[in-house]
Amino acid sequence: MATATVKASSAGGDGRRKANPNMGENNAVKAYLVAYNVSQMLGWLVLMIKIIHHMAAEQDVETLYAQVEPILKIFQTAAVMEMVHSAIGLVKSNPVLTGFQVFSRVFLLWGVVWSVPEVQTTGYILCFLVAWTITEIIRYSFYFFSLLGQVPYFLKWCRYTFFIILYPIGVTGEVMTIYLALPHVLESDMYSVSLPNTANISFSYYYYLCFIIFSYLPVFPQLYGHMLAQRKKIISSPQRPKKE
Amino acid sequence: MEVQILHARSGELITSLGDLQPKSTIYDVKKAFAKEKRKYYPDRQGFKTDPRGKMVKDGDTLESLGLKNGSRLYFKDLGPQVGWTTVFLTEYAGPLVIYLIFYLRPSIVYGEDAAELPYANVVHIAAGCWSFHYAKRLLETVFVHRFSHATMPIANIFKNSVYYWGFAAFVAYFVNHPLYTPPAYGDLQVYGGLAAFVIAELGNLSVHIALRNLRPPGTKERKIPRSTSNPFTWLFGLVSCPNYSYEATAWLAFTVMTQCLPAGLFMLAGFYQMAVWAQGKHRNYLKEFKEYPRRRAAIVPFVL
Repeated sequence: MATATVKASSAGGDGRRKANPNMGENNAVKAYLVAYNVSQMLGWLVLMIKIIHHMAAEQDVETLYAQVEPILKIFQTAAVMEMVHSAIGLVKSNPVLTGFQVFSRVFLLWGVVWSVPEVQTTGYILCFLVAWTITEIIRYSFYFFSLLGQVPYFLKWCRYTFFIILYPIGVTGEVMTIYLALPHVLESDMYSVSLPNTANISFSYYYYLCFIIFSYLPVFPQLYGHMLAQRKKIISSPQRPKKE
Repeated sequence: MEVQILHARSGELITSLGDLQPKSTIYDVKKAFAKEKRKYYPDRQGFKTDPRGKMVKDGDTLESLGLKNGSRLYFKDLGPQVGWTTVFLTEYAGPLVIYLIFYLRPSIVYGEDAAELPYANVVHIAAGCWSFHYAKRLLETVFVHRFSHATMPIANIFKNSVYYWGFAAFVAYFVNHPLYTPPAYGDLQVYGGLAAFVIAELGNLSVHIALRNLRPPGTKERKIPRSTSNPFTWLFGLVSCPNYSYEATAWLAFTVMTQCLPAGLFMLAGFYQMAVWAQGKHRNYLKEFKEYPRRRAAIVPFVL
């Protein structure tokens, strides 16, 4: 449902993601947030180096996921903390929106890629890995600088520009990965509950994944448009303003 | 006297209404405004004395609001309106029809010959309970309820219908499924649940009738609801909205009776929504009536 770029821009302008003013006074909170964002930034940086190194040395997409899996799992799963941060008010971003965004990524990682090993060797993995990695490095750097009080313009520009390409690439990778997992999910009947049972309820993971794929359809254009609008608002171009 | 009507959002002057007296009510203003702007019939209009303030009531007089000749009122378009009765009938007819369709086990849903497969006894009882509840809601809408507002925004009809119709299909699909598993404790669970359901439904009906009798016909008068001679209404001693307490209890009983998790989810969603409404009404009662009984909770006695 969302990619890093979505997360980045839907978390709002510079002001909204800054530490809560009431909490801002608290140095421990600030130190923690700085530590969190710097670790995340470094984690995704290592991931990017690994991807580049692997692709340059081996030129083999099929073995890429195995190379990056442990680091990807650690740092993407740690993003769950962002749900906690916004839920307890350490940061100002909307808890529901953050929840959806983090959940959609963690879900893709564990619920699809980890659960269905057959998709781990496809090229679509590279698609969303590249999109996620670049976006996250920029996003966490952005948060780091905004915690210090001043975000360099070039970082702002990257954050509100790269998504134009990275978001479609990321979404394509995500959707195609789920799509390729479908036949294997149907075959293995994983995470599904069938009748009869004493709770009188059934659940089909296969249909759930179909539903997720279709939910990208209305969500993607809406978020993309939202991000373009954000871009217009935040990047005040010194040259002539862009036409619609 | 004359009152200027401005747009609440833009602050632009729309019109000036001249034919008003200090004793004129907001409803008179609405009628006068509707004469000038045909599109905005009175139920669609909202007025404020401050663009960011609260909506004023129909019964308020210009005098009581401190408005003088040349004063301003801010207009807000509430959007197309639809009558409460229409909304309620649409909401409740859907679940009745949808449930009964699933009860017949159509082959398009459950496959060929599903209707020929045996039904557990509790499935018939559940269909009876469900139909009774929604038939009762339909009849109450026509014969019992007296609404304090005539209309609501038209979007509500879609929102509410998706909720009621969707949950009806969700629950009905599983309870009427040929692979349905009857309750673990057999007749004890079924008839125990049924008894609780019937009692809760009678309680719900009793409270609706008591609420109706609180409001004289044709008025929008509000009074503190109190227990009557009907023992089911004695719950008013403990909560502000016993109709919701009874309704939540009814669905809890239905869940126990059918031992069906989707029914439980329906109960939880309904309880959450009713708790929100009950707390709103409870707060209004406390604000409106100084002598309101402090002991009352909103929906769950002593707790919530």
